[in-house]
Formats: sequence, structure tokens, C-alpha cells
Amino acid sequence: MTQATTAHGARADGPAYVEGPIRLFVLASVFWGIIGFAAGDFIAWQLAIPALNLDLEWTSFGRLRPLHTSAVIFAFGGNVLFATSLYVVQKTSRARMYGGDVLGYILFWGFQLFIVMAAIGYVTGITQSREYAEPEWYADLFLTVVWVLYLAAFAGTLLKRREPHIYVANWFYLAFIITVALLHLGNNMAVPVALMGGDTWWKSYSLFSGVQDAMTQWWYGHNAVGFFLTAGFLAIMYYFVPKQANRPVYSYRLSIVHFWALIFLYIWAGPHHLHFTALPDWAQTLGMVFSVMLWMPSWGGMINGLMTLSGAWDKLRTDPVLRFLVVSVGFYGMSTFEGPMMSVKAVNSLSHYTDWTIGHVHSGALGWVAFISFGALYFLVPVLWKRRSLYSLRLVSLHFWIATLGIVLYITAMWVSGIMQGLMWRAYDELGFLQYSFIESVEAMKPYYIIRAIGGLLFIAGAVIMAYNMYRTIRGDVAEGAPDSVPAGATVGAQR
Amino acid sequence: MSLIKQHKYLETNVFLLVLGIFITVAVGGLVEIVPLFSIKSTIENVRGIRPYTPLELAGRDIYVREGCYNCHSQMVRPFRDEIERYGHYSLAAESKFDHPFQWGSKRTGPDLARVGGKYSNEWHVRHMIDPRSVVPESIMPGYPYLAKRPLDYDTIDAHMKTLDLVGRGEMYGPIDGAIENAIADLEAQATPDADTSALVARYSDFAYGADRDEDETTTMALGDLDGNPEMITEMDALVAYLQVLGTMVDFTAVDDARKAEWIR
Repeated sequence: MTQATTAHGARADGPAYVEGPIRLFVLASVFWGIIGFAAGDFIAWQLAIPALNLDLEWTSFGRLRPLHTSAVIFAFGGNVLFATSLYVVQKTSRARMYGGDVLGYILFWGFQLFIVMAAIGYVTGITQSREYAEPEWYADLFLTVVWVLYLAAFAGTLLKRREPHIYVANWFYLAFIITVALLHLGNNMAVPVALMGGDTWWKSYSLFSGVQDAMTQWWYGHNAVGFFLTAGFLAIMYYFVPKQANRPVYSYRLSIVHFWALIFLYIWAGPHHLHFTALPDWAQTLGMVFSVMLWMPSWGGMINGLMTLSGAWDKLRTDPVLRFLVVSVGFYGMSTFEGPMMSVKAVNSLSHYTDWTIGHVHSGALGWVAFISFGALYFLVPVLWKRRSLYSLRLVSLHFWIATLGIVLYITAMWVSGIMQGLMWRAYDELGFLQYSFIESVEAMKPYYIIRAIGGLLFIAGAVIMAYNMYRTIRGDVAEGAPDSVPAGATVGAQR
Repeated sequence: MSLIKQHKYLETNVFLLVLGIFITVAVGGLVEIVPLFSIKSTIENVRGIRPYTPLELAGRDIYVREGCYNCHSQMVRPFRDEIERYGHYSLAAESKFDHPFQWGSKRTGPDLARVGGKYSNEWHVRHMIDPRSVVPESIMPGYPYLAKRPLDYDTIDAHMKTLDLVGRGEMYGPIDGAIENAIADLEAQATPDADTSALVARYSDFAYGADRDEDETTTMALGDLDGNPEMITEMDALVAYLQVLGTMVDFTAVDDARKAEWIR
């Protein structure tokens, strides 16, 4: 054991931590999570029942899909990352957050304002049409300011630390913050038309075009996954899994290899989104090779997370919070096998453009990102509000099973239908003609779109149960018949 | 593992850690993106490619605004089935004036890279107003408001100037009178029986060179495109854009080496 993989709790001589803004980030995570899931499920139903587009410009799929993706990635995921990173960096540094409450509240309201600016843009048709980077230049500039302050708060706290080593979770948070800044600046270079005399402030044109623009966008797009949705959430894994299991991280050495290999390899994987396009073959091949290599550090990280449970596996039976955290790591392993497989050109020729990709993304987004977030949020609420325990572990367990069932419905429906779609597009009849028209493949999707949307409803139901459980916890209630021997991680909040 | 032991220097110094992360994540992007700007073979040299006319550009802005890229790709891959279904696989040159690119990532609906000329203007208008009136199984949203809303093109020339700026002066700058006559060109393209000779000549000169043969003219949708001659609507612009997609290059003159490599 070395110090960098031992998560220290606050000791008696610990400083007064900044907690008010973190409580707000936790509440915002739950709020935006439900909004984002609901937006996703609504557009899922639109694909089954097109009348739900309502023939209105603000409610069409094309405008609401960015609303969904941004709400879940940036509003839900982003608030979880802010909440956990600012909590973890203080605890593992035994230092009060740099900038104190004031900077904390600026970060909170600044980030929420960015979310609202982006969302209003989406429904009113203000977009750069860059996936996961749709907000226009003014929102991008505003986010840049917030992000620089975030880096200052995070790195400033590390500089004030009273521990000699920087804890491993903070390496991942730091890589996430720095790389997202780099990606954000690189992918949003655009010139507003207003600068040249245009009568609108809400429109810009990308500095790049065609093939260079596509490569830049997917360098960004894939690493939004790699650094926002992976590195940041691996940081959560490295703090909250050991904490909740009450065990040290499995391997310090593996942590180091995992970290550097992951951040080095991930950035190369973007071109696998552009297989068989007009992107030059050398770039496609680089993207494929690095994506396949990425499998190794990904599973190294998974092993490091799962093996942390060594000697504590029995806790999975009794602790549903730990179950969320551990199952999320399992989903992480599954998605990070599937991803490299889909990046192989032969597989990609079938999977690309189909709903298989959507299934893959959601096994990662729902199974990994959302589940580890739920685990961390369930951990944080009793701690931050100084409650003895969660209101009800039984409701946590219910949330877990409903959400898991929802994910299974979602991803199996999209796997089956996505592969079907790809096969229908390339099918030939015995006379050598294309066997299906495109619209026949659309028609064939309908039952699967319905199953997927039902899966999404279950996932939302789980999140609503979580919100209720947290509300009662914050009120200080404890459910009748709650077990006395609640697991270590979920109980002694006030002491930590 | 002495290398692992050296890690203590990184994990005890914030500045070293930040620097290490920055260098590590910068490499991949630099190697993959920078050469695309300098390797000449990245973009094929084919005849016929030209920037969008003002009306097409206004239509493209609407395509972007409505988020069409969420469901429609504009990138035909070099596979036998895709070429039979959509037409010749897409060339990099065909999107060299696309700021931003619209290749898309998902085909909830069909690819649109070569939709130009496949359907009549009237089909597009009816399809956009009520997709299920022409394709009963369609799940596309309806866009009836496009046909009712007048197109805002007062400063379309500013849009073109901006594009010329990001296009390093190689988009509208080389087209004689493109920016000065932007509004007149837009109105001419969308008005029945208007004199479009200057418009067509301008963009044809760019596409095929000023020394082009007289019959080498660029394709563009002309006239009252939305069935409503009273007003230039957003629908006019969108139809003009859809009708030009994939029509600029004459593929009888394109070297098919890449197709031979990947076609299945």
C-alpha cells in the first residue's frame, strides 16, 4: 500500500470543508438526471409514435435529441462530477477547497447557467450541429470561463493538500478537467456571422470544413466519452468503491499503468467513428488499432475496481449502494469490450449508422455512468446532510433492480434491432437486387423501439424512487423496519 | 519496477502531474488531425464542386437548425449495397465547403448525400409538411411551418463573408460578384421565370473554371420550389439545398481506385 491509493477520511484535526455548493451539485444531479432521462424516453417514444413530434419546431426529434444528450452528459454527469470531485479532492487532500464557499457557489450557478443557455438554444434551433458540442459560441465562451475556475478550484485544493501524495482519484479528475478543456477549445473554433455584419448573434460557422472538421469533431466526440464519461467516473470508482467496501484499492501499480495508458490511448480512438468515410484510410486504421489497444487499460481499470472487493464480496448481498458501484464497473467492462470490437472495421461496416451503436452507448451510459453516479450520490447524501443513514436501503435495492431491468430491455432491444437493421440494409435477394427498401428497415424497428422506450420508463421510475429516498433522507426520516445493521459505508455519515 | 517508483515525483507535484497529463493527451490528436491539413491527397481533385448558392446556403442553415444530422447521414460508404441504394460513395472533396460537415453518425432515416434530383420539388414539399402523406411508414417529424415562414435572408451576404473567412478566402472570394449580388442571386433562384443567367454563370465558372465549355453548367434547383410563388419561404431554401446534394460531381470522370479496394 502506498499513500496514493489509500483514501483518507477526515480526521479529528481535519479542516472545515466546503459542503454547501456540493450539496447543491448533488441536488442538481438528481434534478437534471430525471429531466435528461425523461427527455431521452420522450424521443424514444417519438421514434415509435411519430405524432409525438407534434409538428412543432420546438418538439421535433432533431431538436430534442441534443437536449437529451446534453442533459444526461453535461447536466447530470457534469453535476455528479462537480459534486464528487470537489468532495473527493478536499477529503483526500485534507484541505478546504481553494476559493471556499464563494468559488463553490460561482461554479455551481455558472455551470447551471451554461446548461440553461444550451438547453434554450437547442429547442429554439441555435446549434453548431456538432454532436455533444451543439451549444453556440457564446455558451462555449461562457463555459470556458467556468471551466478555468473549476481547474483553479481543483488544482488549488491539491496545492493546499496536507497529504504528501495526490490520491489516484484526483489524477483521473485532473486528466478529465484538463483534457475536456483542450477538447472544448479545439472543437468549438468558429466565427460568429455577427462579426461580419450578420443580423443574428446566434449563428456561427466552423473554422474547419469537411474531412478536417469531421476528424476534429470525433476527436472531441470520442474523448467526451473518454474523458468526461470515463476518466471522470473512474475517479469516482477509485474513491467511492474503496470507501463503500471499506477496502484499499486493489493495486497501486495497476492504478499507475491504468491511468497513463488509458489517457494516452483514448485520445487516438476518434477515427473509429469515421470508418469507411472520406477520412483517409491511414487515420481510420490508427483509430481502429488504438481502439483495440484501449481494451487493455480499460479492463485493467475494471479489474482494479472489482478486485478492490477482495475479501468483501459478501457486502454485495447486504449493501445495495455497493451493488450499484460494483455492477457499474461490470457494465464498464462490458462496454469497453464491445467498443473495441465495434471499432474493428469489419464489424463497424455492419454496426455503423445502426441502433447497435445506440445500444452500446447506453450500456455504458446507463450501466456504467449512471449506476456509479447513483452509488456515489447515495453515499454522499447522508454524509453531506449529516444523517445517520439513508431513509431506506430497501428503496435503494428496488431502484437497483428496476433500473437494471430497464437497462437489459434497452440494450437487448437495440442490439437485436441494430444488427437486424444492418443486415437488412445489405441483404440481397436471389436475383441480386437489394432485398429491402430503406423504409422496410424503419418499419421493422417499431417493436424494438417500443421495448426500448419501456426500458427507459423503468430507468426513470428508478431515478424517481431515488429522488424520493433522498428527499426523505434529507428530511431526516428513517423508514420503519430499516435494518439495524446497515452497511458501513451507508451509515456513519456524520463521522466522516 | 523502478519506473513505477519514479511515479512518486508525479503524484507529489501538481505541476508535474498537469504537465504530464497535457503532453500525454496532446499526442494522439496532433498526429491524427494536423496531417489532414497538409497531405494533398486527403481531398481529391475533382471537377464540379462549388460553394452553395445563397439560397442553398440558407437552406443548409435550416438543415442544421432543425438537427437533421441526428437522423440522416451524408456519407455513402464504398460498399456495394450502399452504392446501389444511394449512389457513388462520397468523396472528401464533396464536403470541402461544408462548415461544419454534415456526415452524421446515424441512419434513423436514409442517407441524404445524394438525395439531390431523386425526388421532385413537390415530393419534398409534401414530405416535409406531412411525411406520412407520401411515405405511410415514415417516422420523420413533420415540418409544416417551413412552408409558411418567410425566409430571412437580409444578411445572407454576411453569412457568405463569414464562410469566406473560415474558408481562407477560397470560397466566395474567387466567385465574381457572389457576395455583392447575394440577395439578388437568392431571389433569382427562387423566383419563377427570373433571369438566372448571371447566377448560373458565376457558380458554373467556379465549378468548371472560367474557360469551361458552354454546356458545362452547374446543377441547381431553380424557380418556385415550394409551390407558393407569392413568397420565398424557408421551404424554398431547404428544397434548394436538398436538390443540390450529391449532384455536383460528374462521376463518369472519377478514378474508382478506392471503390475497388473496399467494395464488397
